[in-house]
Amino acid sequence: MKHLRPLNKKARRIDEMVSAMEEDVVALQQQPHVPMGCALAFSPGWEVDAGGGTAGLCQPVERDIYDCYVTCFWPVQVPDHVNYSQDWAGNCASATKDWRNLDIVFP
Amino acid sequence: MTTMLSHSYRPGDYHSFEAAGEKFIYLVSAGAVFALDEVANRVLDMLATGPMGHADLIGALVGGGYAEADAEGLVRELRHAQLILSDHSVPAPVAPNPPKDFPLQALVLNITNQCNLSCTYCYEFGADKIATPAGKPKFMSLETAKASVDFLLAQSADRKAVHITFFGGETLMNFKLLQEVVLYAREQVAAQGRSITFSLTTNATLLSDPIITFLAENDIGVTVSIDGPAEMQDKRRVYKSGKGSYAVIEPKLRKLIATHKSRAITARVTLSEGVTDVIGIYRHLKDELGFHEVGFAPVTDSGEQSYSLSAEEMNSVVSQFHALADEWMDHALSGRPHGFSNVSETIGELMQGANKSHPCGAGLGLLGVSPSGDLSPCHRFTDADTHSLGTIADGIDREKQSDFLTRGHVGAKYECQSCWVRPLCAGGCHHEAFVRYGDTGHPNLHYCDWIRDWTDKCLQVYGAVSVGNPEFLERFTDRKALS
Repeated sequence: MKHLRPLNKKARRIDEMVSAMEEDVVALQQQPHVPMGCALAFSPGWEVDAGGGTAGLCQPVERDIYDCYVTCFWPVQVPDHVNYSQDWAGNCASATKDWRNLDIVFP
Repeated sequence: MTTMLSHSYRPGDYHSFEAAGEKFIYLVSAGAVFALDEVANRVLDMLATGPMGHADLIGALVGGGYAEADAEGLVRELRHAQLILSDHSVPAPVAPNPPKDFPLQALVLNITNQCNLSCTYCYEFGADKIATPAGKPKFMSLETAKASVDFLLAQSADRKAVHITFFGGETLMNFKLLQEVVLYAREQVAAQGRSITFSLTTNATLLSDPIITFLAENDIGVTVSIDGPAEMQDKRRVYKSGKGSYAVIEPKLRKLIATHKSRAITARVTLSEGVTDVIGIYRHLKDELGFHEVGFAPVTDSGEQSYSLSAEEMNSVVSQFHALADEWMDHALSGRPHGFSNVSETIGELMQGANKSHPCGAGLGLLGVSPSGDLSPCHRFTDADTHSLGTIADGIDREKQSDFLTRGHVGAKYECQSCWVRPLCAGGCHHEAFVRYGDTGHPNLHYCDWIRDWTDKCLQVYGAVSVGNPEFLERFTDRKALS
């Protein structure tokens, strides 16, 4: 951290955590630090943790990156609905109701 | 599909303080201490006047001559550390209540409930007593003591090190048992490849050469209950006849301190009506008698006893605490230890970043054992039927333990929720609360201002030493673990 100098054990742990966040996946972030695509449409896969990163999510960000799959605005389709995971969203007719049916994809 | 969130920021939960010309904050949600640079402090000052939107905040910083990218980085850093909160910040999870599966670490063995003194303010026998010892054993038997050691080792699961404190009554009235317990516990611990430490609290009247030698050879930490020089000690720490105890203990203490070098010898002073010359008491005990450390605590009472401290006396005590804290700081800045325990203890907890769910380990990692083998949250509840948490023979009464811990959890104390010192205080002593309010889970509201004032002072000391002699603070890294 640049502006805060940690002075006890707990502060040093926060320092480590914040530093880890700074090194977190920047592709999901912009300045100001706002995740894309998460506010107006229900779009599983774009949660951020309390600190604005993806390191502390309760499940991996890959778990439900549904919007990438459906609308392809990610640089590649993840999961790949062209070649490998064509049925990934087969049980998810309506994302707002059926998002629990989206399972983890192991490449 | 992409949308911009417009964050609005407000100050996080922190207490700011200054020391050595620098700005610091104590982050309440974590118990963390940070030094702030000038611009970080400027952000907190701006938000102190009201919430600000992201663009406004960045704009203000840029308007103040700060590059936009740096301003963004600063705001991000403050938000990540939760010094500032946005509308989207998620509160830190609350510690579970009651805590689950917390292995035992220490037992306080009340090896007798008998005492050869009749201190008038005694919480065990005085006006505000809660103990109900009628019909119960007065001295712990060897059988109960051994069973207690076995119980501690079984309940402490995977802990490498455990601790036993011997307590009373007057502990040394059952010294023979103490010796046997030390030997037995060492055997049992060695057989399991673990370690154990011991300490005892005594009024020092029964110290003798063989006892002092045993304590020294067995590395047994000694805390002496003593209220100062003769005129203060003899005011309330008296025999049943009313005769003071100072003349009896003074030569014994000198011998103890001269002989017992393996552990720190500490004095524990009870401040009561007329016994409030903190600095005089400290000088006598530290400089004249040679105690390594001296700690002070106001007497526990229901608020209406003749020995209670008045508000004026309490104010005097607090200002003397401040003077000794300044002395502690001067010592620390020049690398010398100071014996005022009240500062050292708080510094140790600040160093760790303690963030307590409960005020102490009572009923959690620590239990008291009465002479009959009844379990209680700590030594202060010994022999009190209404506070029993089971027995050594039958084990911990989980239902009662759960009730005690649920009441005592800081999250259950309404007044504590808006107080910045709750990570360290957590509402204060369960026993004090019961005596004052009739409920172990009641926050000790009569001390709130005093605790906040004192903790603020200790933070200032911490900040000043972190600037002037940071290596000195490292000495306190393991203080809690060793005590």
